[in-house]
Amino acid sequence: MSQKVEKLIDKKGLRLDGRKPDELRPIKIEVGVLANADGSAYIQQGKNKILAAVYGPRELHPKHLALPDRTVLRCRYHMAPFSVQERKSPAPSRREIELSKVIREALEPSLFLEYYPRTAIDVFIEVLQADGGTRCASITAASLALADAGIPMRDLVVACAAGKVDHTIVLDLMDAEDKKGNADVPVALMPNLNAITLLQMDGNLSLEEFEKAVNLAIEGCKKIYAMQKEALRAKYVSIKEVEE
Amino acid sequence: MSSIVVRVKQKQIARLIAKGKRLDGRGLTDYREINVEQGVVERAEGSARVLLGKTEVMAGVKIEVGQPFSDTPNEGVLTVNAELVPLASPTFEPGPPDENSIELARVVDRGIRESKAIDLEKLCIEPGKKVFVVFVDVYVLNHDGNLIDASAMAALGALLNTKVFNYEYKDGEVKIKPGFTPLPLRKHPIAVTFAKINDTLVVDPWLEEERVMDARITLTIDDDGDICAIQKGGSGYFSQKQVLEAAKIAKEKAEEIRKKLKW
Repeated sequence: MSQKVEKLIDKKGLRLDGRKPDELRPIKIEVGVLANADGSAYIQQGKNKILAAVYGPRELHPKHLALPDRTVLRCRYHMAPFSVQERKSPAPSRREIELSKVIREALEPSLFLEYYPRTAIDVFIEVLQADGGTRCASITAASLALADAGIPMRDLVVACAAGKVDHTIVLDLMDAEDKKGNADVPVALMPNLNAITLLQMDGNLSLEEFEKAVNLAIEGCKKIYAMQKEALRAKYVSIKEVEE
Repeated sequence: MSSIVVRVKQKQIARLIAKGKRLDGRGLTDYREINVEQGVVERAEGSARVLLGKTEVMAGVKIEVGQPFSDTPNEGVLTVNAELVPLASPTFEPGPPDENSIELARVVDRGIRESKAIDLEKLCIEPGKKVFVVFVDVYVLNHDGNLIDASAMAALGALLNTKVFNYEYKDGEVKIKPGFTPLPLRKHPIAVTFAKINDTLVVDPWLEEERVMDARITLTIDDDGDICAIQKGGSGYFSQKQVLEAAKIAKEKAEEIRKKLKW
């Protein structure tokens, strides 16, 4: 291949955007951003801009899909056509269908599905701008939207990726690092239960590197978890101020 | 999800697993019997049929001349598709691929792609214009659990069996010449799947175990013992310790299978 080998980590050990290997991108989280939804959240993580909304528990259509002993969690991860460099067709791609499934399975363990038999809970995720690590940021936002909808949960689910670029294990990969790097390991976690609810990987890692990456991703998750809780609190603090 | 029979079976399966045993008599990290037959469909450029216990999967490879992706002008194209055909299980229905078959195809694809198993650069005919497109179609014929491992094996078996037709390239035209060249393969990725049942990991879950499992994890291991793909599935979770334990066992199991199949 005649591809230019671009350095992803400079001599000082800093990454393309000046971050240290174990540093997260700047994150902004807001809860309760959509008026019509029962719960909603917005996250900016680096250049990622993602909206998540929850509707339900509500009646499920078509009705024969309803389950007698629990609610049906449905999840749609979708990217806006303008969210990436080359326009993405709005029709769901195979990637989006797979991600919708793994995101649903990452959120399910946090919920008491048996509390709402015969109903559905819908989670809608719209990626408005993508910059690597959208599935993780989507999970972080979607879990907050579920909490905002008042759905009882065991813990918030938070997600963050780690990976390998230029022989270094790094946290929270951005698009360029994801594409040109050696490996990407997204992890979703319920921190209070030490439960990993999503784990994927692509690339090439030895067992030792994999262990390092998982540990680093979990550290990242815990940092974002603090921000998640702060964002949830912030919504209700601001409501109180309005009342007074 | 929780019919009486399932609950009774779940109890029985869980009770056995607590004692280190399984319903079908295997140990916790034992695979079912593996049988691979290659070259089962003459029309295909490559093919294989895998029996993993009673799970049966066929994979066929077709090769066509097509265009490369604009970001990889020097490389051939790999496409993996999976069909859960209705004759394989009462739970499979005809129609466009659902999320399960898409996930299956994408996990198999990731193992082959990320391990760089196929030397795609050797499949370039004219950079940016013409390359070989390798279609791997996974066909599930009988579902008795662990479709991922069986499908990954079938896909690899078919690729190992694949012959690319010889050709002559002149004035933008590809002319087929007599004779074949084997597909350039560098790695042999093996997928190893675990089910978590009552907080214990078991290798190669069969259908009864899949019905009662909390969650599933697949690790694809290359010839160097490195991990090249992972996929967690199911609505349960794993602890950090379990994930690392799974990685260790997967490495051993992949080596074992590779030795057995001489891949």
